[in-house]
Amino acid sequence: MTTSLSFIEKDSFIHNLTGSTKMVFFLLWSIAAMITYDTRILAVMLVAGIAIFRVSKLEWKDVKVAVNFMLVLIAMNMVGIYIFAPEQGVEIYGTRHEIVHFIGRYSIVTEQLFYLLNFTLKYLAVMPVALVFILATNPSEFAASLNGIGVNYKIGYAVSIALRYIPDVQRDFHEISQAQQARGIDLSSKDSLVSRMKNSAAILFPLVLSSLHRIETISNAMELRGFGKKRKRTWIVQKNFRKQDFFVVVVACVILAISVGMITYTGSRYFNPFV
Amino acid sequence: MKRNKQLSIVSIVAMGIGAALFFVLGRFAAIPTFIPNTTINIQYAILALFAVIYGPIVSCYAGFIGHTLIDLSWGSPWWSWIIATAVFGLIVGLCRKWIYVQGASFETMEIVKFNIVQVFAHCIAWGVVAPTLDILIYNEPVAKLYAQGIAAGISNALTTGIIGSILLIAYSKTKTKKGSLQKEA
Repeated sequence: MTTSLSFIEKDSFIHNLTGSTKMVFFLLWSIAAMITYDTRILAVMLVAGIAIFRVSKLEWKDVKVAVNFMLVLIAMNMVGIYIFAPEQGVEIYGTRHEIVHFIGRYSIVTEQLFYLLNFTLKYLAVMPVALVFILATNPSEFAASLNGIGVNYKIGYAVSIALRYIPDVQRDFHEISQAQQARGIDLSSKDSLVSRMKNSAAILFPLVLSSLHRIETISNAMELRGFGKKRKRTWIVQKNFRKQDFFVVVVACVILAISVGMITYTGSRYFNPFV
Repeated sequence: MKRNKQLSIVSIVAMGIGAALFFVLGRFAAIPTFIPNTTINIQYAILALFAVIYGPIVSCYAGFIGHTLIDLSWGSPWWSWIIATAVFGLIVGLCRKWIYVQGASFETMEIVKFNIVQVFAHCIAWGVVAPTLDILIYNEPVAKLYAQGIAAGISNALTTGIIGSILLIAYSKTKTKKGSLQKEA
């Protein structure tokens, strides 16, 4: 299994934007989806998100695994919500239209179905944009983008170290776990849960030691090159801010403004079709 | 060596590598349990270890970056839980001086202290921070969120307790003890 975080090189409008632009767009977009519960806004965002996905020239097969996983997760959440609060929707929308009644407090209510629809939309509205952001941003540009939106470049550098070393740590983990399994350490479901946890410590410890060692090597190398001496730094992979970047940032601000504006205008986070 | 105590080079690298470890363990090494779709998160044991070794700022950022990357790789960041992870790293890191002094050995007393701190930190993260933010952001039913938070908190505290303690004992053995040199007669 490879990480689905991998950047896919393409030549599209989205790929040619600067990393900072994409990051700002993604953050504002996810904040907008987070604060509103308005069905109309969320539906528009979902459609727009899919359109953005199309513009990025990415393909369905690139994201299939992640999307399916998220759909299962959303479904589990909906079941959880229904079990714990079958009438959460009634509480939110203030009316009650029952369709079928089961046993006790469980029945199918229109308001609950509508609430669950909104809940799903809230997740789905962010997904295309998040996936595009991940798949269409060169990891080497991450640090520069974070720095570009005002994050301390040292933190930006920590993020790029993380991205750079994920494959290495993953390979270490794989090798160590195979070596330990060859020595008879069982991680499969044949063993009890507690002994599996202890066994996983036998894999984790070599992994931790090799990581601590790696931290030392990398930080010595950086120290030797004088990292962190100046308050600013330049980046080798950095695109220039152009007209289209400005346009995209403005669009993101408008979306957030609409999301906030609707709440202040209607006085509620919800769109209520029942009254 | 450490010019800037807040963000030395070692801290920055530790943040990055810590986040990478958190990501790999959280994404590929989850132990499945008998409850469907619930896994045991061993990455919190590593985060606690990093908190004790490198301090609060490193573990807070390592948790935040690592968890964000995990969520982004699935396509949907769940900010409330990401922040809860960062809070967990921060709390354990802040108590590190109380838990363990560098150079001392890690014995029963230290294990007890470590576990008190990590259980407390998990309680705050999953019992208070995560559900509260979930209510604010998603307005999910309160009962469901607390049930979820408590289940996650208990399983995380158990794993951190077992694996984290084993790792810390092993780690302290690799360090030279204070007063380990003796003058020869």
